[in-house]
Amino acid sequence: MASHNESIIREPLMTGKDITYAKITNDILLPVENKPNKAWWIGFTVSSLGALLWVVSISYTFWFGLGAWGLNKTVGWAWDITGFVWWVGIGHAGTLISAVLLIFRQNWRNSINRSAEAMTIFAVICAATYIVAHMGRPWLFYFTLPLPNQYGSLWVNWNSALMMDVFAISTYFSVSLLFWYTGLLPDIASIRDRATGLRRRIYSILSFGWTGSLKTWQRFETVSLILAGISTPLVLSVHTIVSFDFATSLVPGWHTTIFPPYFVAGAIFSGFAMVQTLLLVTRKVLGLENYITMFHVESMNKIILLTGSIVGVAYITEFFIAWYSGVEYEQYAFINRATGPYWWAYWSMMSCNVISPQLFWSKTLRTSIKFSWFLSIIVNIGMWFERFVIIVTSLHRDYIPSSWAMFYPTWVDVSVFIGSIGLFFTMFLLFVRVLPSVAIAEVKLLLKTSSEQAKKKLINENHLDPAEVEYYKESLTKFDSIDTADYEKV
Amino acid sequence: MSKTKIILGLFDDPDDMMKGIDNLQKNSIPIYDIYTPMPIHGIEDKMGVKDSRLGYAAFCFGCLGITVITSILYYTLVYDWPMNVGGKPSFAMPNFIPFMFEWTILFTAFGMTITFFAATHLFPGRAPRVMDLRATDDRFVIAVNAKGNIPHEDITNLLKQAGAVEVKHNERKYVSYE
Repeated sequence: MASHNESIIREPLMTGKDITYAKITNDILLPVENKPNKAWWIGFTVSSLGALLWVVSISYTFWFGLGAWGLNKTVGWAWDITGFVWWVGIGHAGTLISAVLLIFRQNWRNSINRSAEAMTIFAVICAATYIVAHMGRPWLFYFTLPLPNQYGSLWVNWNSALMMDVFAISTYFSVSLLFWYTGLLPDIASIRDRATGLRRRIYSILSFGWTGSLKTWQRFETVSLILAGISTPLVLSVHTIVSFDFATSLVPGWHTTIFPPYFVAGAIFSGFAMVQTLLLVTRKVLGLENYITMFHVESMNKIILLTGSIVGVAYITEFFIAWYSGVEYEQYAFINRATGPYWWAYWSMMSCNVISPQLFWSKTLRTSIKFSWFLSIIVNIGMWFERFVIIVTSLHRDYIPSSWAMFYPTWVDVSVFIGSIGLFFTMFLLFVRVLPSVAIAEVKLLLKTSSEQAKKKLINENHLDPAEVEYYKESLTKFDSIDTADYEKV
Repeated sequence: MSKTKIILGLFDDPDDMMKGIDNLQKNSIPIYDIYTPMPIHGIEDKMGVKDSRLGYAAFCFGCLGITVITSILYYTLVYDWPMNVGGKPSFAMPNFIPFMFEWTILFTAFGMTITFFAATHLFPGRAPRVMDLRATDDRFVIAVNAKGNIPHEDITNLLKQAGAVEVKHNERKYVSYE
């Protein structure tokens, strides 16, 4: 049955008093059904200016060609691929939350999966724009597809990791979009049934005629589970293939077998940091503190701590293997990273990605909203530097010292990067206005089992082990949305 | 004769709705359908709804995907224009695995979801056949066909006994959107 009792020692996934199914719908649809507040308008203005900068700088690149960027003969790949890998990595947290946590039946995913998946889609859009932009002749992008042509037909080179990337990224984007939109249908129907006039017509078309009948839900759940099952290996394959772009080459510093797992861990790491950056602000501005609780924040911080440590081990392993292999070029590439002209990039990466997440071993820090947000920004910066270090420092000193060079970005490089962040936030801010930012139907499932009020009712019934109740009460002290004074008398 | 076409039992709690289903079934009253704002586990068993076969569809689409891409790979790089890359075999299986994998996933996902939409009659612009507007918000609705199930008062009482907050006797099956 829907409402068997959950163990009391599990922390609540939803807080607040007198929560009903209707209140959940009202709370979550508040930003969708009302005019936006000042904070939203400020954010939207700033980020759409950023998006405008992106339009200008990308148009400039298309018009004048890749010479607009700071690339040179030695460093032929720089901020474009750095930006691409950074954005794709950020996207990975959404799929991890929606797919992997679904398979493991982690119910805390229910309140964060919708916005994390939206973030995945927008991040992959940003990543894809880099790919198209760095082609030089972006109008010929269809050359990457196996289409019959007048040259023979001369087919695409299926042996290339870049081809694998085309298929991995496009499959990832389209399957993520499908998963996200299928999950949205019941919630769009909720908006539709409360709206009137033109709004109702629009949401009616978007809802695909969803009614929530028995058979629909049954099939919906099957589809969700299978999509989760296939998205899990998909998300791992995508960043594995992104790492092949480097690992299958012969460049010292790139040609390492550790790249696939190291990139996947890094992707999850940076993705969760971006989820924190977005959600800590969203929960405050949209008033979702009861749904995205301190438990969610702390759980995500724990994942950041774990994946940050995996990434740290990977960095050290790379160094060890460079030494152990006895290959001079490999050894030089790594010594050059840490002590060469780009030492500052390397040590920014090390301190942001390896050292600072270790602070999350402290419970006070990982349950502090302000500190979590600050650290998520640090991790975002660190992960950008990681890709910069891998790409630019491996390339800038090649086998012939006469061709050694440095990379200096032009204003176009910088604008494309800042602009893509603007584009990302513009899309996210529009999303929270027109679609529910929390999966309404899935959160309703938690009301009778995992909510604070359901647990309080259990305590009041007095059939529980007092030691377990004490443990539970103690775990509530970290929540910013619970008044612990309520528990003194029970 | 009464003009009532459909009787709706509206519950505000899924457990009460389960009781409602039991009450009706004990009295051999067939249930037309059940509308809920969220998936409720256990109704399928009660209502004798068979397991979804979408998993089989997904498997078939996956097989189709891998077959299609393997054919493309073989035709282009082995049959039509084999390339000599350092004398290595042109059927370079390890290089092809990522493509085979991605296309299996792509076909599985889209094939299965489109099958789901087709089987459930979901498509953009379809007029929603909603019986009660709150069924997507906070009401768990049991719909009973009024025709042939009489007396209506008894059905109302059975639903009320289970804890229905409201019982509607609707003359139209669906809430119109026109």
